[in-house]
Amino acid sequence: MGYIELIIGCIFVNNIVLAQFLGQCPFMGTSKKMETAVGMSMAVIFVLVMAGVITWLTYHFVLVPFSLVYLRTIAFILVIASLVQFVEMFLKKSIPGLYAGLGIFLPLITTNCAVMGACIFNVDKEYNFLQALVSSFGYAVGFGLALILFAGVRERILLARVPKPLQDTSIALVTAGVLSLTFFAFRGMV
Amino acid sequence: MITAVVVMLSIGGLCGIILSVASKVFYVYEDPRIAEVEYFMSGANCGGCGYAGCSAAAVAVVEGKAAPSICIVGGSESAINIAGVMGLDPGTAEPLLSLNHCLGGDRADDKFDYAGVNSCKAADLLFGGKRECRVGCIGYGDCIRSCKFDAIDMGPDGFPVVNEITCVGCGACEQACPKNIITVRTMSQRLLHFNEEDDALAPCQQTCPAEIDIPRYIDHIRKGEYEAAVHTIKERNPLLLTCGRVCPHPCEDYCRRGIEDEPVSINQLKRFVADHEMNSGRRYPVPCAADTGRKVAIIGGGPAGLSCAYFLRRLGHSPTIFEAMPRLGGITRYGIPEYRLPDDVLDWECQGILDLGIECHLNTQLGEDFTFDSLMKEGYEAIFAGIGAWKDYTLNIPGEEFDGVWQGINFLSQVAGSPEKRIPVGNKVAVVGGGNSAIDCVRTLKRLGCEEVYILYRRTRNEMPANEVEIVAAEHEGIKFQFLAAPVRVVDDGNGKVAGIEYLQMELGEPDASGRRRPVPIEGSETIIELDMLISAISQQPDLSCLEREPEKDKIAITRWSTFDNDEETVHCSLPWLFTAGDAATGPSLVVDAIGGGRRAARSIHQFLTGEEIQGSPKSLRKKHIDGTIFKTVPGIVPKRRTPMPELEVAERITSMVEVDQVIAETDARYESGRCLQCCRLCYNPDAG
Repeated sequence: MGYIELIIGCIFVNNIVLAQFLGQCPFMGTSKKMETAVGMSMAVIFVLVMAGVITWLTYHFVLVPFSLVYLRTIAFILVIASLVQFVEMFLKKSIPGLYAGLGIFLPLITTNCAVMGACIFNVDKEYNFLQALVSSFGYAVGFGLALILFAGVRERILLARVPKPLQDTSIALVTAGVLSLTFFAFRGMV
Repeated sequence: MITAVVVMLSIGGLCGIILSVASKVFYVYEDPRIAEVEYFMSGANCGGCGYAGCSAAAVAVVEGKAAPSICIVGGSESAINIAGVMGLDPGTAEPLLSLNHCLGGDRADDKFDYAGVNSCKAADLLFGGKRECRVGCIGYGDCIRSCKFDAIDMGPDGFPVVNEITCVGCGACEQACPKNIITVRTMSQRLLHFNEEDDALAPCQQTCPAEIDIPRYIDHIRKGEYEAAVHTIKERNPLLLTCGRVCPHPCEDYCRRGIEDEPVSINQLKRFVADHEMNSGRRYPVPCAADTGRKVAIIGGGPAGLSCAYFLRRLGHSPTIFEAMPRLGGITRYGIPEYRLPDDVLDWECQGILDLGIECHLNTQLGEDFTFDSLMKEGYEAIFAGIGAWKDYTLNIPGEEFDGVWQGINFLSQVAGSPEKRIPVGNKVAVVGGGNSAIDCVRTLKRLGCEEVYILYRRTRNEMPANEVEIVAAEHEGIKFQFLAAPVRVVDDGNGKVAGIEYLQMELGEPDASGRRRPVPIEGSETIIELDMLISAISQQPDLSCLEREPEKDKIAITRWSTFDNDEETVHCSLPWLFTAGDAATGPSLVVDAIGGGRRAARSIHQFLTGEEIQGSPKSLRKKHIDGTIFKTVPGIVPKRRTPMPELEVAERITSMVEVDQVIAETDARYESGRCLQCCRLCYNPDAG
C-alpha cells in the first residue's frame, strides 16, 4: 500500500473521530471555540506522532521478543504517559513558546483513547516503522481536521435559534452525527 | 509470568529514571510561593474561582492576577494564609452564601400533571415546569445533586433548604437551577442588586422605592427573629426608625391581602423592629466589606446623603458627609416636626450610621466653605450631591413681602432648630398648600398655641397630595380646611404687617396634565380671612445658588425645575464624578425615594471607583410592576382585622410636641406579621392551609 493511500485512508476514510468514534471526549469538550480546537489539534498531532513511534518501538523490540503481546495495553499506557510527561518538561525548558501554546492540552491527552487507539491500529495492522509513523500522523491530522471543522460549525450554531430541548450538547451530538455521515462518503476510496 | 513482571518493572523503572533525570535536566525555576499558595488552597479543583484547577489559581495569585481571597472553598482562613504568603492584605473575603428564595407550597395552580420528569431542568423545558408560578422553585432538587459539599437538603415541604454552615458558596447550585431561584451572592452583591423583571418579587417589594425585601422581614418578625428582620431591612434602608414613622407606605396599597381584606400594616411592623432595636439599648452589628480607602464626599446629610454614605461604607469605601446645618438628618430633622419624628430617635439613627466609620463635618456649606472643585483637589474621588429641595416656591401674589408672611420649610426648620421646639407665632394663621409640608405646618402651629389655624388649598380634599393619615390627624386636631381657595393677595394692616388674605373661590374643571381636575375661579367670589400670620407651603425646589462658585458650573446640567439632571437608573450627572439623588434630583418626594436613590448612587459610585462601566440593568424595574403579578382577586383569604395604629388622644397631643403615633406591642406585631401572605416566597395560602 502506498503512503499516499495510507495517509488519505487515515485522514478521511478511517477518520479516528468520525469513522472510528474514538476520542469523542476532547472532540466534544474542546470544540466550543475555534482557538481551543486549533490548540488541541496541534497538541494531538504532536503527541500522537511521538506516541506512535515509541509504542511501535516498544511493541517490536520489547513485547514481541519476550512474548508479552498480551500486556500491550498496560505497557502502552505506561509508555505514553511517561512520554507526555517527558515532552512537557522538555518543552517547558527548551521551547517555552510552544509550551505556552500546547501546555494545557498536553496532560489532557495523556491517555486519550484516540492516541491509544491509533497506536493499537499501528501494531494490529502490522505496519512497518515508516508506515506506523505516517499513519500516526495521518490519524492525528484526521482528528485535527474533524475537530476544527466541528468547532467551526459549533461557532455558527451559537448564532442559530436552536429549540430549547436541543441546546448545547444535544445539538452538538446531532451535528457530530451529521458530520460523521458526510465522512461515510469516503468509504471505499482506499 | 516472571518474565512479564520483570519486563514491566524494567519498563516502569526506565520511564521513572528518564523522568527523574529529565526533571533535573529540564528544571525550570518556578516561584516557590506558587507551591505554598497552592498548599493553602482547598485542593478540590472545583473551578469555582474561574481558573482551571488549584495550581492555575495559585499561579494567578502569585502573578498578581487574582486576589488572595480567590479560593472560595478554603474561605476566609485560606485567604488569610495565602495573603500571609504573599505579604498582602487579605482583602475582601466576604462569605458567599447560597439562598433559596422560594419556601415552597402549593398555592399556584398546576398547568399539567406529568409523572415522567425527575429533574428541574427537564421540567423547566416543558413549558417552564408544571406550576403556573413562573418564579417559584420546581422542587426536583437539581441543586441538591449539584452540591459537592452536601449543603443543600430537601426540606420537609419538598423544597430545597440550604445549610448556611456547610455552604461554601461555590455557585454550582446557582448554575444547576434553571429558574434563578437559588442565588449565590456576597453581601456587597446583595447590596448592589436592584429589582429586576425576572426576580421573584412580591407586589409590595416591587412598589417600595427602597426595594426592601418586605415578605422576608415580616417572616423574621413572625418567627421572633428581630435582629434578622432589622438586617433584612438594613440591606435596603438604613433609616428604618425614620421610615417606620413617616413613610406613607406605598407598599401597602399593593398588598395582596388588601385586595380581599385590609392590607398588612407593613410600616408599623418596620417601626416595631426598628424601635425594638433602639429600646434594646444594643446596636445590632452591621457588617461592612473590607476597607478600600477610597474617599467619597457626600454633600448633604439628609436621607439621600445618609443612605449613600451608609451603602458606600458597607461596600468598604470611606465617605465623608458635609452638612450645612448644625445637625444631621436634613429635611427629616428640619422639615418633619418633632411630634412625627422626635429628635432623639433621629439622633440615635444617625449615630448608628456614623458609627460604621463615616466622617461628618457639620456647619459646612457648599459654595461657602468648600466647592466641588476644592473637594476634588483634597483627594475625594467622587461626589454625591444630596442637597435636597429647600427653596420654597413663592405664591406669586402681591403682598408677599409683608411682615408675618412665612415660607413653609423656613418655618418648620426654625421650629426644629430652636432648643425648646417653640417659636413665637400668631393667633390666627393660614397655611397655603395641600402637601405634607402644609399639614406639618398646621399641626405644628396648633401645638405652638395658635387658636385658629386654616389650611387653604385650591382643589378639594381628594386631590390633596398629603398622606391620608396626616389629613385625618389634622382634621381631628381641629384644623379648618378651606378647599377650592386660590389666594389673590395678602392684605396688610397699613403698617406693613400681614392682616389677612384674600382668596378666590374655585370650582373644578377639566383634568389637566397631572390628571387632576383643574380648578377654575368663580367670578366675584373674593373672600378675606383675617390673620396675623401667613405661611406659604406650596412646594419646594433645590436651592442651586451654592453652585455659583463652581469652575465647571456650565457643565452641570440642570432641569427646568432647577433640579440636577441625572440618569434615572444610574443617578449619574453630566460630570463624570458627580452623582445625585433625593429631592435635589427628583424635586420634593418621599424619604424612602431618597433612600432608594442614595443606594442607586452608591452602586454607581462603587462602579466608578472600581473602574467598571457605570450602568444599571436593562431589566431594572424602578417601581414598575411585573406583568401578571398584580392580581384582581386572591381566593381563600379569611379576613383578619388589621392592627390599628396606637396614637395619643387629641387633647393630650395638641399641647405638646410629644410623638403622636405610638409603636405597636410585640403581641400585635406577631399577630400582624401572621397576616402576611408571604407572596413570592411561600406558595400557599396561610389562611386556607
